Amino acid sequence: MKIEILPVVQCEQLQPTVYALHLRSAYFSGNIKPGQFINVKVQGGVYPLLRRPFSVAYKNQDIVTIIFDVVGEGTRILSEKAPGDTVDVLGPLGQSFTIPYPGYTAILVAGGLGMAPMPILTQFLKEQGITNIETFLGARSENYLVDYNLVNVHYATDDNSKGFHGTVVSLLEKWLAENTDKSVYVYACGPNPMLRALQSTLKNRSLSGQVSLECIMACGVGICQGCPVESINDEKKYRLVCKDGPVFDIQSVMIQ
Amino acid sequence: MMEVRTDFSIGTMHCRNRVWVASGTFGYGDECLDLVDVNRIGAIITKSLSMKPRDGNPPPRIVETPGGMINSIGLANIGVDRFLEEKAPFLRSIETSVIVNIAASTLEEYRAVLERIEAADCCDGYEINVSCPNVKEGGLSFGTNVRMTAEITRELRPITDKPLIIKLTPNVTSVSEFARAVENEGADAVSLINTLVGMSVDVKTRRPKISTTTGGLSGPAIRPVALAKVYEVVNSVSIPVIGMGGIMCPDDALEFLITGAVAIEIGTANYINPGIAVEIADGIAAYCKDNEISDVNDLIGTLQTDQTISVVKSWL
Repeated sequence: MKIEILPVVQCEQLQPTVYALHLRSAYFSGNIKPGQFINVKVQGGVYPLLRRPFSVAYKNQDIVTIIFDVVGEGTRILSEKAPGDTVDVLGPLGQSFTIPYPGYTAILVAGGLGMAPMPILTQFLKEQGITNIETFLGARSENYLVDYNLVNVHYATDDNSKGFHGTVVSLLEKWLAENTDKSVYVYACGPNPMLRALQSTLKNRSLSGQVSLECIMACGVGICQGCPVESINDEKKYRLVCKDGPVFDIQSVMIQ
Repeated sequence: MMEVRTDFSIGTMHCRNRVWVASGTFGYGDECLDLVDVNRIGAIITKSLSMKPRDGNPPPRIVETPGGMINSIGLANIGVDRFLEEKAPFLRSIETSVIVNIAASTLEEYRAVLERIEAADCCDGYEINVSCPNVKEGGLSFGTNVRMTAEITRELRPITDKPLIIKLTPNVTSVSEFARAVENEGADAVSLINTLVGMSVDVKTRRPKISTTTGGLSGPAIRPVALAKVYEVVNSVSIPVIGMGGIMCPDDALEFLITGAVAIEIGTANYINPGIAVEIADGIAAYCKDNEISDVNDLIGTLQTDQTISVVKSWL
């Protein structure tokens, strides 16, 4: 874990409001694991005051990439970064996605910007010999479908602008019903209602998986206790998203 | 090359410098060893400890507001037993002074926690939290009642010879009345300010942005309030005053020292940079060197209020 001032290589617009910010750091690209995040001070001074957490989306040589939608002041400022600018980055933080056992079809399920950790996870799975990967990417409309270094992508949109008309979990259910012969393991990230639906789908089918949660955070390192998630069947009532997560076993957390 | 003297003592506790890390903003000292040399901090104040572990409040617990943040953690902590087993050995092993912060729901609990920690001899001083705004029992209901605050001090004073610091809330009409009350009961020092009660509403959902509706506001937004409260208390008591509230950089810390705080605590800034306390301590020493002050002590309480005040150009 380190704090580094990283040079901006490029801020690439992927969709009308979605950007990929490419940052140069041999340390971060060498040490980040899939599902881990970085906590970014978007500019100097006291506004915005706190760092903003972002999953690392991709790494390529000495470049790490975060992908975000402009939803507030922090992301607006980040979207205006250009080569020559820098950002102050703390990380790598949190627990990563893991491969619990060999030889399965990896199912990646992402809602909206929940796709952020999926490209680096795809890189990792391939490196580790998990080559059967199916990616389910859902969003409210085509403008929020961010297909960035993903493989075998099945699209779903709420407004029927691309792919399956409906939720990404419905699309996944359809696929699972047609592929009952496959041994699958699920990796998911997205809005909480989607994750709750996925949680019950997987429970009903006795399938396992891991989920990456999003949460408002201050420190990102477990000190402020600001990002609790209620745990299921655990001696502790709460886990911290920043330190115990953001990746959890999907049945181990109460997704609000 | 002039060496600036930065160390000082409060009673039996000796600190290498004037910059402490505030309770709840530095865990139990062992969380951020990659990011900070803890032996260069003036003192580490632990997360508030209660007798039994506390889960804390439901999420969401924090929200950012202009120049600050509102938190409602609810004193989530591991309790005395696990603290003594898992955290005390590390805190004993470091050179930095360690102050255990104690929070409780009853007078008996305050006493019991202090007795347990005292028996384990694992710290250099105590900070008594009578001012947490985020718990239903104890907390602010003690800290806004001058009689209760005095009584807690009176009950705890005989249990330890180590420095007993009472952490005061700004959520009262006259904080100096509370400071005088605990001074009369034998407190070695007071620290202030704890967070200000604050609130923020999501206009889309018309719901509060944190689960407990109101919480504790911290960060640079509260610094002028904090400084004014410290100024008030410095002029009301003779015991040392430890100042805190939104200190982000060396100049912020210097404002408090010049006003008369003998030491300062860093809170919210630790969330952005866990190594900031060391940078601020270095900045204070550099300021003293630049101004030919050989001992930080000579800077404390040097506020000039009897002269014409010139317009500060840096506001431009």
